[in-house]
Amino acid sequence: MSKRYDLESQLKDIDVPVILFENVSKEYQSGIPALKNVNIEIRKGEFVFIVGNSGSGKSTLIKLMLREIKPTSGRVYVAGKLLEKLRRWQVAKFRRKLGIVFQDFRLLPDRSVFENVAFAQHVIEAPAREIRRQTPRMLALVGLSEKGRAMPGELSGGEQQRVALARALVNNPVILLADEPTGNLDPKNSWEIMHLLEDINRRGTTVVVVTHNREIVDEMQKRVITVKNGIIVSDQKGGYAYAKNEYSSI
Amino acid sequence: MPRMSTVVYSIGQGGKNLRRNRMFSLASIGTMAACLFLFGIFYFLLQNLQYAIKGAETNVGVTVFFEEGTSTVRIAQIREEIEKRSEVAYVMYISAQEAWERYKETSLNEEQIESFGEDNPLENSASLEVHTSDVTAQRALIHYIREFEEVRLINDSKELADMLNNINRGVSVVTTVIILILAAVAVFLISTTISTGVSIRAQEISIMKLIGATDFFIEAPYFVEGILLGTIGAAIPLVLLNVIYRKISGYIAEKLISVLGRGTMLLDSGEIFATLVPLSLGIGIGIGALGTWVTLKRQLKKVH
Repeated sequence: MSKRYDLESQLKDIDVPVILFENVSKEYQSGIPALKNVNIEIRKGEFVFIVGNSGSGKSTLIKLMLREIKPTSGRVYVAGKLLEKLRRWQVAKFRRKLGIVFQDFRLLPDRSVFENVAFAQHVIEAPAREIRRQTPRMLALVGLSEKGRAMPGELSGGEQQRVALARALVNNPVILLADEPTGNLDPKNSWEIMHLLEDINRRGTTVVVVTHNREIVDEMQKRVITVKNGIIVSDQKGGYAYAKNEYSSI
Repeated sequence: MPRMSTVVYSIGQGGKNLRRNRMFSLASIGTMAACLFLFGIFYFLLQNLQYAIKGAETNVGVTVFFEEGTSTVRIAQIREEIEKRSEVAYVMYISAQEAWERYKETSLNEEQIESFGEDNPLENSASLEVHTSDVTAQRALIHYIREFEEVRLINDSKELADMLNNINRGVSVVTTVIILILAAVAVFLISTTISTGVSIRAQEISIMKLIGATDFFIEAPYFVEGILLGTIGAAIPLVLLNVIYRKISGYIAEKLISVLGRGTMLLDSGEIFATLVPLSLGIGIGIGALGTWVTLKRQLKKVH
């Protein structure tokens, strides 16, 4: 085993933040501030909800974590990388450490369920043998082993989101970012997805969920970061309701 | 260095793009084929014109007349000296008798001929007909021949030489301009096809970017698509041109050669296509790759 590998494996066990925002502000070209002096620290293995109204700055937080945009000031570290220092070609490699799930699933409609999941592995240029091995495992994890040949249009919303989850997880991400993952789902499917996310978190993946779903946030009793007008107004364990009591306009 | 599986994947995706974007692909292939068909036609014209000019150049010559009393031995010596020059294709000796016979044939009627009886009014008109292989070297050749003190008169064919040179230059300029215009049209159309492909696949590209695809992985299928468009667009006119050229040169060889002479022969198709095939494919692939590169630099920035 090389010294480098030793060091990397030791670092993995140290309780370091996998996401760290230091005095981060973001202003878009319109001049309107989207985030003001935000400080967030999310440690390895945490399950965190980010809640807030539309336009509160939640999407900006996610975009900063994905390095889709750069902060106007302050520093963003994700998975041990200072994102503003990443070069264009390094961004692609960095994003392979993240899994992403969207409200609208963003599946490729002209490809089967299997191909949608395998696609994420093709993108990172995984060997064909690895793709054949890993894709069925992920489909089994989300309970869709029988649906590999189905097209996304033939699946329910809940099933489509599970495909999206399988795709997000297939490359063993350090962090799973879920942007309104239950926004298009009924309560039953929403709970199924949340239980899957909880299960994934128990296996060691850090999970960050942006959501409006008050019932789920209240019920799951995880850490909740509340954003309002670009400011973190609350960051504590507990439900949405707890945050609401303190900041009644949310 | 990309993995083999990535290369195979990119080629597969490039082929799929062609099918997904069928109408624009067909339009691009059609335009590229039309451009390269016209290019092929102009290439035929240019090559055969140059071939004809080359043939004409050897028929264009200067006629050298000598001072009265110059012996045939001396004329033969001068002929040998002239033949040594590189631009000289061949030299013909026209005796005084031959010159008179030609003149009678071309310029006199029976009555006029009879009036001369046995006399040869061109007694001192033995001459050398000097034919060049390069019409542009005629000036230098005349200058050289003038140096012989026995030379009385040189009839050159400057006007014809200049005309042939002008045609040659004119065709080259027109062909270059037309090819550049057609190439610009082809680049524009391929660019439109690739732009449409990018917008059709905007969501896919966006997902690719978010899950860590490298620029190479995202761009490679489009380059495959552009190069395929260029290759197919070049292959179709090459097949058509080959058939047409063989038909035309076959027709000329069969029907017109006996009427118009060997000057009407076209260049051998093997000789023409040995250059035209790699040239057309190179242009097709080059335009395909260039159109793709120009478009991707612009379009991929728009996809987030």
